[in-house]
Amino acid sequence: MSADIFMTYEGKLPTSIIEEVKQLLPASASQKRIENVLSAVYEEYLDTLEEAGDAVGIVAAESIGEPSTQMVLRTFHFAGVSEMQVTSGLPRIIEVFDARKTIQTPTMEIYLREPYNAGKDLKSIAQRILETTVDDYVSSISLDISVPQIVLAVDKQALAHIDWTVDMLAKHINKKFKKFKVAASDKEITIKPGKEKNIDDLVKTRERIKKTFVNGIKNVSQVLPVKRGDEFIIMTAGTNLKDVFELEYVDTTRTISNDLYEVESLLGIEAARQLIIDETVKVLRTQGLNIDVRHIMLVADTMTMTGELQGINRTGIVREKASVLARASFETPFKHLVNASLVGETDELNSVVENVMVNQPIPLGTGLPRLVVRRDV
Amino acid sequence: MTEVYIDHKYAGTVKNAEDFVEKILTERRIGKISIHVNVLYERDMDAILIETSTGRVVRPLLVVKEGKILLTQRHVDQLHSKELSWTDLVKQGIIEYLDSTEEEGALVAFDEADLTKQHTHLEIAPMSIVGLTTSLVPFGQHNHGVRNAQGAKNQKQAVGFYAANFYNRNDMDLSILYYPQIPIVHTIMHELSDYNKHPSGQNVTIAVLSYEGYNMEDALVINKGSVQRGFGRSAYFRPVISEELRYSGGLTDNITVPDKETKGYRSEHEYRFLEDDGIVYPEASVAEGDVVIGKTSPPRFLSAMDEYNLETNSRRESSVSLKHGEEGIIDFVLLTENEEGNKLVQVRIRESRIPEIGDKFTSRHGQKGVIGLLVPEADIPFTASGIRPDIIFGPHGLPSRMTVSHLIEIIGGKVGALSGRFIDSTLFESEKEEDLRKELGSHGFSESGQETMFNAVSGEQYIARVMVGNMYYMRLKHMVANKLHSRARGPIQLLTRQPTEGRAKEGGLRLGEMEKDTFVAHGASLLLKERFDSDRTVVPVCERSGLLGYYDARKRKLMSPVYGEDSEVSYVEMSYAFKLMLDELKSLGIYPRIELEGKY
Repeated sequence: MSADIFMTYEGKLPTSIIEEVKQLLPASASQKRIENVLSAVYEEYLDTLEEAGDAVGIVAAESIGEPSTQMVLRTFHFAGVSEMQVTSGLPRIIEVFDARKTIQTPTMEIYLREPYNAGKDLKSIAQRILETTVDDYVSSISLDISVPQIVLAVDKQALAHIDWTVDMLAKHINKKFKKFKVAASDKEITIKPGKEKNIDDLVKTRERIKKTFVNGIKNVSQVLPVKRGDEFIIMTAGTNLKDVFELEYVDTTRTISNDLYEVESLLGIEAARQLIIDETVKVLRTQGLNIDVRHIMLVADTMTMTGELQGINRTGIVREKASVLARASFETPFKHLVNASLVGETDELNSVVENVMVNQPIPLGTGLPRLVVRRDV
Repeated sequence: MTEVYIDHKYAGTVKNAEDFVEKILTERRIGKISIHVNVLYERDMDAILIETSTGRVVRPLLVVKEGKILLTQRHVDQLHSKELSWTDLVKQGIIEYLDSTEEEGALVAFDEADLTKQHTHLEIAPMSIVGLTTSLVPFGQHNHGVRNAQGAKNQKQAVGFYAANFYNRNDMDLSILYYPQIPIVHTIMHELSDYNKHPSGQNVTIAVLSYEGYNMEDALVINKGSVQRGFGRSAYFRPVISEELRYSGGLTDNITVPDKETKGYRSEHEYRFLEDDGIVYPEASVAEGDVVIGKTSPPRFLSAMDEYNLETNSRRESSVSLKHGEEGIIDFVLLTENEEGNKLVQVRIRESRIPEIGDKFTSRHGQKGVIGLLVPEADIPFTASGIRPDIIFGPHGLPSRMTVSHLIEIIGGKVGALSGRFIDSTLFESEKEEDLRKELGSHGFSESGQETMFNAVSGEQYIARVMVGNMYYMRLKHMVANKLHSRARGPIQLLTRQPTEGRAKEGGLRLGEMEKDTFVAHGASLLLKERFDSDRTVVPVCERSGLLGYYDARKRKLMSPVYGEDSEVSYVEMSYAFKLMLDELKSLGIYPRIELEGKY
């Protein structure tokens, strides 16, 4: 019955606000009252909107910049709990806003599907995600020069974690090293060269066998099961979202990496935008700084508005600026001026920095409105 | 076999390391080996390290044998009667110098009572764990270490009586305290360092009290009567130096009263203090702009014609005068020669500096502050016995900084003043707080150091009792008179036409990048423009070529640099810095073309 009243405000008010009003109003509220509430909310909403000509960019920059000067080199630790070292604080913020291709500590937060997230078999699930090589499953590798052969003493306990037998490991190695004869006994694998080989090659082969990939997800060098709320999640060092998503027990709707570019290529630019916001907010929260998300949203929007990730630096969004003078005033002025003169660029003096330079009123705030005269009157 | 290294170079091996080291030590103590040779038997490496090189930091310690120091009461008596000296003790092996290497193998006791058979050395004085200036902080053992360091740092900036021959010297930025006093609360270091011969502060009466909010944020409220009686009064000296330089071609500067033909001649008024030799007379009261040393220099560039009439009128004025805001009395004139034999004139200007609002003072505990208010003596709160403090110190600087020694000095100073004796406050060895309080009680004062006080304005008694006592205060060399600065209009830089920078050049206060951003954030567009109008210029711009035009005065017309009269030229307002940038772009080979558009 009241749906149509709400309908009239669709488009005028954000859906989230309409939903909130719907929930907060008692079901018994009269038509008239709903109407009154909505119009009051609408008025309030208009009041909170930024006005045309407000310098939202600079306000966002100041709102983020000033508190971050107070960021401390203090992170919180829990005694006795093994932790992973993740970049945080100002270095991480710089990393995110610069949209760095390689970040210092790539990590994933792997959420698990319904039955698995209760914590049962968590260790073995985590173990299966960890990237392992042959080296991780043998207690020793010896090189017998007299035969010649390479003997692997298999650590069966370790192998049991991934439900493998010695035979399976032997076959796996044989697949990668087809020119060798691989034989498996109860707890040993012997590898003999097919044709006669010199010892030097054999030594190199031994090293290659050591590094042969066995199980898990590539790049994941560390796993750490953590309790997050009611469920268990797995934190990793090193990211490989694509492979993780293919695992059946992974909740792909919530699992996330902190690598902006990986998220962008796999989940799209909107996900990358959300990641910028989440990562920044996460750092600011741990530092106890309270910055309105909308400032960070503006930064994230700016970084992603072209559909591609762009850092806030001279190779990113600054390069996209229309004004030659604005670009020149940021970094490497000589390069920008010379290149602009080669193609004959024109600076329309439409933005702030250029107008400050030539000492003209900036087109913001009181400098924005112009006098318009209607001639026909 | 133990390896032996001399100055980290392998020298050989010895069989019995312990004996070898012992032998070196004994020989050093009897004077056979230099006292600056240090040895260490490094057991983990099984090596003996011998150090002989220069530049090692060494420190003296008392030698301990069998749990006893070698220094006896007889030595001490002989030291007192001057029969023995420090070097004698070192020669006799009673005191020796250890470097960081030998210290590794030494067990040093802090106190004589702690000595055991294992100890090898004893600290001469516990105080020696800190340096000279830090040990000048009284009762330092009651403080956080950082505060002692800050207290020491502040003392270095104190105005005092730094050298008895100051009158014959000509130092930069020099202040001399009129009435320096020996601190009542002193330390051994004050005696050892001859502090009493060159003190740098005064003993004052202090009350720990708020006063009308004028001692917020570490500020001090000071009794005007005390200032008038000479508290903190100092003389400030600044030198003015000029020399007769020699130039190629036998030309020289001339220290003289410039004649009126000189280029850049100022005005007779500004030269009025100069005597016939071109230098001011002592005790002249000079102010901003007055010439102190008159000087003329030969012209910078000589044209062919000028060489024939050099001495006539082409000399330049290059006198030294007082800069903006400077004033004083000529104290001292020195005429001499420098190393190259050029005539050198040094003039010293003296200024009396009476403490004023904004001048900086400190106690010896890192409790520095500036004067917030000078109160007429009649309005200073007084105690029941009628004492009016010289300084009213705000209590809020104490809880967070925890400078307990500051409070103990107040009590100590009070006891010293009442008993007529000096109070020993040497680090770790000071008189006990308890004893001081008892002595204070024996004089009929409260042992807490607190007294009943009265508001001098209303006559009412304060509800709380106030801590009153004596302590040593020093004036610091930072005085507002040297820092006060403001500008509305003033000199500009030649290149950019923007205001100069810095107080000495009467410069402007820069509205920087971040300050600019705040204007932008507020949308105060026109205010921002006005702020940046300091280098505003109006230049003619040719609309056809986009280059800056010029005004041809003969034709009374605006001209284009490319098309001459054949173009529209309009005046455009811009910052001079931007005009300069356009010129720099042109010098780069870039053609910056300005396109004009109607403003409305």
